[in-house]
Amino acid sequence: MATLQTTETDPLVIAGRMLHSRLLLGTGGFPALSLLAEAIRASGSELVTVALRRVDPSARGSLIDVLAQEGVELLPNTAGCFTARDAVLTAKLARDAFETNWVKLEVIGDEDTLLPDAPELLKAAEQLVDEGFVVLPYTTDDPVLARRLVDVGCAAVMPLGAPIGSGMGIRNPYNIALIREAVQVPVVLDAGVGTASDATLAMELGCDAVMVASAVSRAQDPVAMAAAMRDAVRAGRLAYGAGRIPRRTYATPSTPSEGLADFS
Amino acid sequence: MIVVNGKQRKHGAGEPLVAVLDALGLPADARGVAVAVEGEVVPRAQWTTFSIPEGARVEVLTAMQGG
Repeated sequence: MATLQTTETDPLVIAGRMLHSRLLLGTGGFPALSLLAEAIRASGSELVTVALRRVDPSARGSLIDVLAQEGVELLPNTAGCFTARDAVLTAKLARDAFETNWVKLEVIGDEDTLLPDAPELLKAAEQLVDEGFVVLPYTTDDPVLARRLVDVGCAAVMPLGAPIGSGMGIRNPYNIALIREAVQVPVVLDAGVGTASDATLAMELGCDAVMVASAVSRAQDPVAMAAAMRDAVRAGRLAYGAGRIPRRTYATPSTPSEGLADFS
Repeated sequence: MIVVNGKQRKHGAGEPLVAVLDALGLPADARGVAVAVEGEVVPRAQWTTFSIPEGARVEVLTAMQGG
């Protein structure tokens, strides 16, 4: 029997960087930085996303300082970009600001659904890979697009389970499993997670990690939900490795019938 | 005239970028800050030497919660 895997013996490796947590946390939506810090601790996440926005001279507290204090790595995103050009420029600015060549690439095609714009996404990914970035693209649950993104050199793919912030869970689990089969890089389920069981399902489908933002930050108790997500990802990973039993229509007794008493 | 984060400023043209940072209350070595002028990154190593052209659009960005 194989030794029980732990987060120490079963790390997530993206572009050569080893992470012991398979949960990525978004920093958006937390009403206070102190709550964000608590949620980071409860989640066990080592990689958190940040956005790049205009400096607000009246802003209180420094997000960067809080994240440095928590000892997490930054994953800048290109949220709000609708063209490859804007996304590439934003990634370059983030590299200068945060001294990381990692980027969670988002190129949005529609304001209502915030779904990715596939052609622009692919174009931006190719340019950024050429510029030496480690690119983690937020993509649709399309296995063909995922493969194209990996073909141009993306270090991972981040398919959505459902639209950003929708909390609708994984709408097409078959496609997520197909993406896992289609590419050789880590698959990070991104967007759509509403509660812990969604994160577990992602891991059971073979995803290498899960990214959550709103599901934690907008929960009634974000810190408790962060802890729930930590355990959910761990449970799903273990279950995936353990190998589930096949689904059957009829019952299969778990108690042997041999030696059954005869009361007739 | 220059435009900093969408707001017009009478002065600033011909001055180094650090002057704009200073006006925003940022030190010359501000961590987690990036600057674009006319849609091009101005690397932090050039903030003290880069002179802002007349009419330039300057974006001064930093980390915000998101994603």
